[in-house]
Amino acid sequence: MPKTNLAYPSVQIRETRINSITGYQGTARGLVSASQCGLRDKSRGFSQCVGCATSKAACMTVLIQDAAVISHGPVGCSSCLHEFAFTYRVNACLRDVPNPTQRRIFSTNLTERDTVYGGAAKLAAAVREVKERVNPNAIFVLTTCAAGIIGDDTENVCDEAEEELGIPVVAIYCEGFRSTVWTTGFDAAYHGIARKLIKPAREHRPDVINVINFWGSDIFKEWFAPFGARPNYITPYATVAALERSSEAAATVQACSTLGSYLGAVLEQDFGVPEIPAAPPYGVAQTDRWFRALGKLLGKEDTAEALIAEKKDKYLPKIAEVRGKLKGKRAYVTAGAAHGHALLDVLGELGMEAVGAAVFHHDPFYDSGRAENDQLAQRVCDYGDVPNFNICNKQEFELVNALNKLRPDVLLARHGGMTLWGAKLGIPALLIGDEHYSMGYEGLVNYGGRLIEAIENDEFVKNLEKHAVNPYTKWWLAQDPYTFLQGTERRLRAERRLRTERCQQGGQCAGGLGAGG
Amino acid sequence: MNKSGLIEQERYTCAIGALQTVVAIPRAVPVLHSGPGCGEMIAGFFERSTGYAGGSTSPCTNFSEKEVVFGGIDRLRQIIENTYKVLDTDLQVVLTGCTAGIVGDDAGSLTEEFRAQGKPIVSVETPGFMCNNFEAHSLVVNAIVGQYADGFGNEPRSKDNTVNLLASVPYQDPFWKGNLVEYKRLLAGIGLEANILFGPFSGGVAEWRTIPSANFNILVSPWYGKPIADNLEQKYGQPYFWYRHIPVGANQTEEFLRGVLTFSLENGAQIDEPAARAFIKRESEAYYEEIDNLATFLLEFRYGLPNHVHILHDAGYVLGLSKFLLHETGIIPKEQFVTDNTPPEFQDELRRYLAAASAKREIPLYFEPDAGAAQEIIRKLSHAGRGLIIGSGWDKELAIEKNYDYLSAALPTPYRLVMTANYAGFTGGLRIIEDIYNSVLATYR
Repeated sequence: MPKTNLAYPSVQIRETRINSITGYQGTARGLVSASQCGLRDKSRGFSQCVGCATSKAACMTVLIQDAAVISHGPVGCSSCLHEFAFTYRVNACLRDVPNPTQRRIFSTNLTERDTVYGGAAKLAAAVREVKERVNPNAIFVLTTCAAGIIGDDTENVCDEAEEELGIPVVAIYCEGFRSTVWTTGFDAAYHGIARKLIKPAREHRPDVINVINFWGSDIFKEWFAPFGARPNYITPYATVAALERSSEAAATVQACSTLGSYLGAVLEQDFGVPEIPAAPPYGVAQTDRWFRALGKLLGKEDTAEALIAEKKDKYLPKIAEVRGKLKGKRAYVTAGAAHGHALLDVLGELGMEAVGAAVFHHDPFYDSGRAENDQLAQRVCDYGDVPNFNICNKQEFELVNALNKLRPDVLLARHGGMTLWGAKLGIPALLIGDEHYSMGYEGLVNYGGRLIEAIENDEFVKNLEKHAVNPYTKWWLAQDPYTFLQGTERRLRAERRLRTERCQQGGQCAGGLGAGG
Repeated sequence: MNKSGLIEQERYTCAIGALQTVVAIPRAVPVLHSGPGCGEMIAGFFERSTGYAGGSTSPCTNFSEKEVVFGGIDRLRQIIENTYKVLDTDLQVVLTGCTAGIVGDDAGSLTEEFRAQGKPIVSVETPGFMCNNFEAHSLVVNAIVGQYADGFGNEPRSKDNTVNLLASVPYQDPFWKGNLVEYKRLLAGIGLEANILFGPFSGGVAEWRTIPSANFNILVSPWYGKPIADNLEQKYGQPYFWYRHIPVGANQTEEFLRGVLTFSLENGAQIDEPAARAFIKRESEAYYEEIDNLATFLLEFRYGLPNHVHILHDAGYVLGLSKFLLHETGIIPKEQFVTDNTPPEFQDELRRYLAAASAKREIPLYFEPDAGAAQEIIRKLSHAGRGLIIGSGWDKELAIEKNYDYLSAALPTPYRLVMTANYAGFTGGLRIIEDIYNSVLATYR
């Protein structure tokens, strides 16, 4: 099992911590098997703009109700963060925040002179200015490539300011060049939060369950109520005080294992809060497992069984109805790792054919080290293999090429910029921002409804296809989509204990994962 | 600006944001030699601005530890070579980020190699710490002129009636597309053919090749873009007519066009002067037909209209809109905020331009790139009557706090879509009037 280490200021990047990769092509089954028995990463001879850890660290700090965020870098390194201010405002109503306050986002505005003489003094002054202007309950400092390379001692500046100002001043190390896996930014934010905000438990609160998520709708309130519990959402819309007490919860669950892998493990290993031993509840089979695991963790197995029975009674007929309309439709998925797997679960459950996927990276295992959290392995067991499975960090040129050849009935996306290419090729595309929308039994009905609507209402994309401008060459569109994915391979260290145990399972559906089709 | 130099609520981005200057040229592609997040930050700042090959389409070396330690030139060479295979483009512009700048990669020498093979490729250093995108716009344009447009043997100043128009910074000015088209139409009306260089109604790279042939240049800007005009003057001997702000509404547009007309005649353009003056008159009359209709509404609407305004924008808009709103709608400009980091050497002159707007009143003008600090000032102000804030998406919450009307007209803004609307010219003035009063009327339910 990988170890968390809160003694170090910065988190170990995903490539070295959990062997994450950004280049693969083959089948989902092949990837699951390789993940368990040793995996190689591949680089590309051509690449397009990807994204970096900074904005991922930002979205886990900017949306904390009463904190301020300083980007320590040139002004450009925080210039997309206004989007999170918008998110905070418009989604507040979903999360019981009736009066969303203005987000306070700053840049130290590093200039050429600072790259020569250092930016530490500027940061120190900025932290004090922010305290005076905003009076926040915590200040987060996000590092950037420039600050990292010139070697500013951010840790020291933050520690000194914290002592002087009497509020947590949390350095978060999320320089873009450090990791090829941008979700390292989530880990970086959580690492800082765990080091500086979360306090050792003063009491045990059996009625509180941590939910690591984005800014989706508040479905967990209803789900936890029968168990006599309520959600403590981490970190968007949380207060600093609520985060401090995350250590007192009865359990931790996640909306997306890509997001919460590290924090879930930290809460368990360093603060004693058990993480649910089940991948997030997407698809009927996994939702069954998830509620059972939750019931077991809380010592309320009967409640879980009753809830499962009640919900299935209500939703299975509706799911069957949706399945009838979608059965046999061909779909392609592009999304961040675990949520991509979740969408593939949903497709499988709705009887659709997953003709391929471009998933942004792959974590061969999560920080918990538990096989039960491996959502892709379970997808393959529950619903079968997925061909044309590509690990592709938003490389649009590969996506366009693959879509052009596969011509699915619908494209499911989770990140901005990707749906356009479905539409340009005349393929209906669906992006749902709310990560909770397709969760649970009811999620299949919700999401299925939107899929039916997207496939049915294709006049817009059919018209766009006729007029779409395409910058890709004919040569490229005639090549194999993975032509450039043959660069140097990075042999990864497979975690030994895990490898032994899981290789013995031979990549097959294991006991406890449930029977699969 | 505060002591620490920090900025809250950015209204512009860093130097590499000038990749949008490339995106604005039809069929050109920016190639980023930068960290992996730079493109995402820029795409997120501008929003809905992908163009032909920007956003997720733009090639990027995506610097990792390896490139930081060993340099990234080999990687850049590979990316450029494969860009030619994968993307069908007319012009490639390599922009370097902080990582490449600090480790000292020489992208210029590399692109020279490709240029020697006949490739239309340009490189420009745009590390984010160097300057902001208002300034880097000039660096990019001058690099394309020097490394591309210059090389086609076009005789300088050989076309009497052609001008290069240097106005909006594409995408940073949300109305750039519409504005350029309106300038082109207005200049055609007085007998000039304008190279507008950006957008679907420009002539793409072919138009860039004719830059040297233009008789003279027109700079519409408070300060940014001036290095382009200076460069062209020095390089090709082209003089330039400099109008300090976006001309909005009739007074300013007439002043602008008459100024250009005089300058054209002085510089030997072949202009039918009476026809040009008749054109201006006709445009003005059409404009005032609308203002006539509007005046009744402005004077008689009895349920409340804004009587004063705070604008947070770049200097060109702050000056143009303040003067326009004062004289052509009767909304009084109170404290105004220039958020574009105007260099100090231009500030006094811009203050004088605003002071000249009225002999009766003084309009307080702040140069404040730290827009959070600008908002703190507005928070503490109190003026009688119904207020209006014109600014970026950041200002919507301030307007709600103060119970003011709000018009989103500056970047960044998730609260408004702008496609081809223009704020420049006669029609631009009418468009702003529609935007302001429609948002006011929308508050009546």
